[in-house]
Amino acid sequence: MRSIDGAVLDLKRLDLLATGDSVIHRLDARAKVLTTLVFIVTVVSFNRYEFTALFPFFIYPVVTASLGNLPGGYIVRKIIMVIPFAFVVGMLNPIFDRELFVRIGPFAITGGWISCASIILRTVLTVGAAFILVGVTGFLSVCEALERLGTPRTFTVQLLFLYRYIFVLTEEGARASRARELRSCGRKGLGLASFGPLIGHLLIRTWLRAERIHMAMLARGFTGEFHSRQVSGFGWRELFYVAGWSAVFVVLRMENGAQWMGRLVTGVLS
Amino acid sequence: MSHHIVEVKHLQHIYADGTVALQDVSLTIHHGESVAIIGANGAGKSTLLLHLNGYLTANSGEIRIGDFPLTKKTLPEIRRTVGMVFQDADDQLFMPTVFDDVAFGPFNLGLPVDEVKQRVKAVLEQVGAAHLQEKPPYHLSGGEKKRVAIATVLSMSPDILVMDEPTSGLDPFARRQLMGLLRDFQHTKIFTSHDLDMVVELCQRTIVLHKGIVKADGPTLEIFNDDALLAECRLEKPLSMQGCPVCGKGR
Repeated sequence: MRSIDGAVLDLKRLDLLATGDSVIHRLDARAKVLTTLVFIVTVVSFNRYEFTALFPFFIYPVVTASLGNLPGGYIVRKIIMVIPFAFVVGMLNPIFDRELFVRIGPFAITGGWISCASIILRTVLTVGAAFILVGVTGFLSVCEALERLGTPRTFTVQLLFLYRYIFVLTEEGARASRARELRSCGRKGLGLASFGPLIGHLLIRTWLRAERIHMAMLARGFTGEFHSRQVSGFGWRELFYVAGWSAVFVVLRMENGAQWMGRLVTGVLS
Repeated sequence: MSHHIVEVKHLQHIYADGTVALQDVSLTIHHGESVAIIGANGAGKSTLLLHLNGYLTANSGEIRIGDFPLTKKTLPEIRRTVGMVFQDADDQLFMPTVFDDVAFGPFNLGLPVDEVKQRVKAVLEQVGAAHLQEKPPYHLSGGEKKRVAIATVLSMSPDILVMDEPTSGLDPFARRQLMGLLRDFQHTKIFTSHDLDMVVELCQRTIVLHKGIVKADGPTLEIFNDDALLAECRLEKPLSMQGCPVCGKGR
C-alpha cells in the first residue's frame, strides 16, 4: 500500500513547504487568503462557454508559486490528480449540449465540449490557487486568517480537524490495507466481502485514534484555538498585494486578455 | 510543597460496556517522588493514568492534584500541572513540524511568541533533539519521537510527569538514553511500565495494581522480592534481580 502512504506523505509535504521563507511566505496570511478568494470568484464568474479568457489567469498561480519557491512539478502533479473529478462533473455536457459553437475546418465543436473544457480549466485554476495558498501559507495559518477575517471559530476548528482527520484516516487505512494484502497472498483475498468489515473496522480504529490525538491536544491545554508562530500584521505591503492582484483580476475579467494578446501579436506581424 | 501532591481516593471506573477497570483505588504520591504503577495487562494502569489529567470521569471517588480537587473548573490548571506522555508517540505528535508540536502547549497557555520560541529551544536541547526542530515528526525514529513527545510536555513546565510505558518499543540504546533523561528530571514522576528493570532503576516506590485494586504499595525492592505477590499479579522479578541464566550465579 505504498500508494496510500505515499499520497499522505505527499500531502504532508505541502504543509512543510509552508515553513519556507520567501516574499510570499512573509506576507500576512489574510492578504493571501483574500487574494485567492477574489481570484476564485473572478474565475468562477465567467459564463459557461468562456474558454480563452481564462488562460491569462494562469499568471496568478504561476507568479505566486515561483515567488514562493514551490516546486512546479509537485504542484502540477497535485492538480492533475483532481482533473478526473472535474471531467466527471462536465462529461455529460457534450451529450446534452450539441449546439454548434465553432467550426475549425472539418471539425465542429459543440457548446457542450466548450463548457466541459471550461469546467476543467476553471478547476485547474481554482484548485491550483488553493494548493498554492496552502503551500505558501500552511493550513493552520489559512484557518487562522479565515477566523481573523470573521469566519466563526466553530467553522475554522472543524476545518482544521477535518484536515487532520484526512491523515489519521489514510494512515490507518494504509495499515489495514497492508495487513489484508499481506494475508491474501497476492490473490484477491476474500474479495469484496472482506471490504465491509475492513471499512467498519477502519472507522472504529480511526475514531479511537482521533480520540487519543484529541486527548493529547486537551492534555496540552487545547481550548479550540490554534496558534501559529508567524507574527504578521496587515500593513501596506499586504494592502498593495491584495489591491494589485484584484486590479489585475478585474481587468482580465473585463477584457479578454488572450484575444487582446492575439490582436497585439497579429498587429505586430502585419 | 503540598501543591505537588497527587491524591486518589476510592476511585472507581466502569467502562460503558460494563468492564470494571478500577474497583477501588486509593493512593497518595508526594512531591518529588518517582513512582511506578505496574500490573498485568488489563489491571487498570492506563485507566488510572487517564484519570490523573481528567480525561476520564470516575464513576465514584475523588482525585486531588495539589490543592485542587479535579473538577471541570480546575481542569485547565490541572492539565498544565500534570504533563502526560502517551504510550504511542504518534498520538502525541500531530503538528507539521517538531517545533510546532512542542510550541502547541505553550501557545495554548497564552505565552507570547518570543517566550514560546525560547521555551521550545530550551526543552528540545534538554531532551537532545534541538537538531530536529524543523523536521516533520513522522520522519523521526522511535527514540527521537519519544524524546520529542516528552519535550512537548516539558514545554508546559509541568510539576508532575505522567508517562505511559515510556520505554516500550525503544532499542536498548534509545532506552538507556531515555532513562538517563528521566533520571535527571526533578519532577514528581509517575510511570506505568512492563519494563521492570527500568522500574528498579528509576523508581523508589512501586504500586501494584491487580484487577482494579491496589494490591501492594511500597519500596520497589521490597515489592520485587515478594515472590508470592508477583506470581499472584502475573508479574515476575526484573531480569537484573534474577540470577545469571547461563552460569546460574546469583540464584
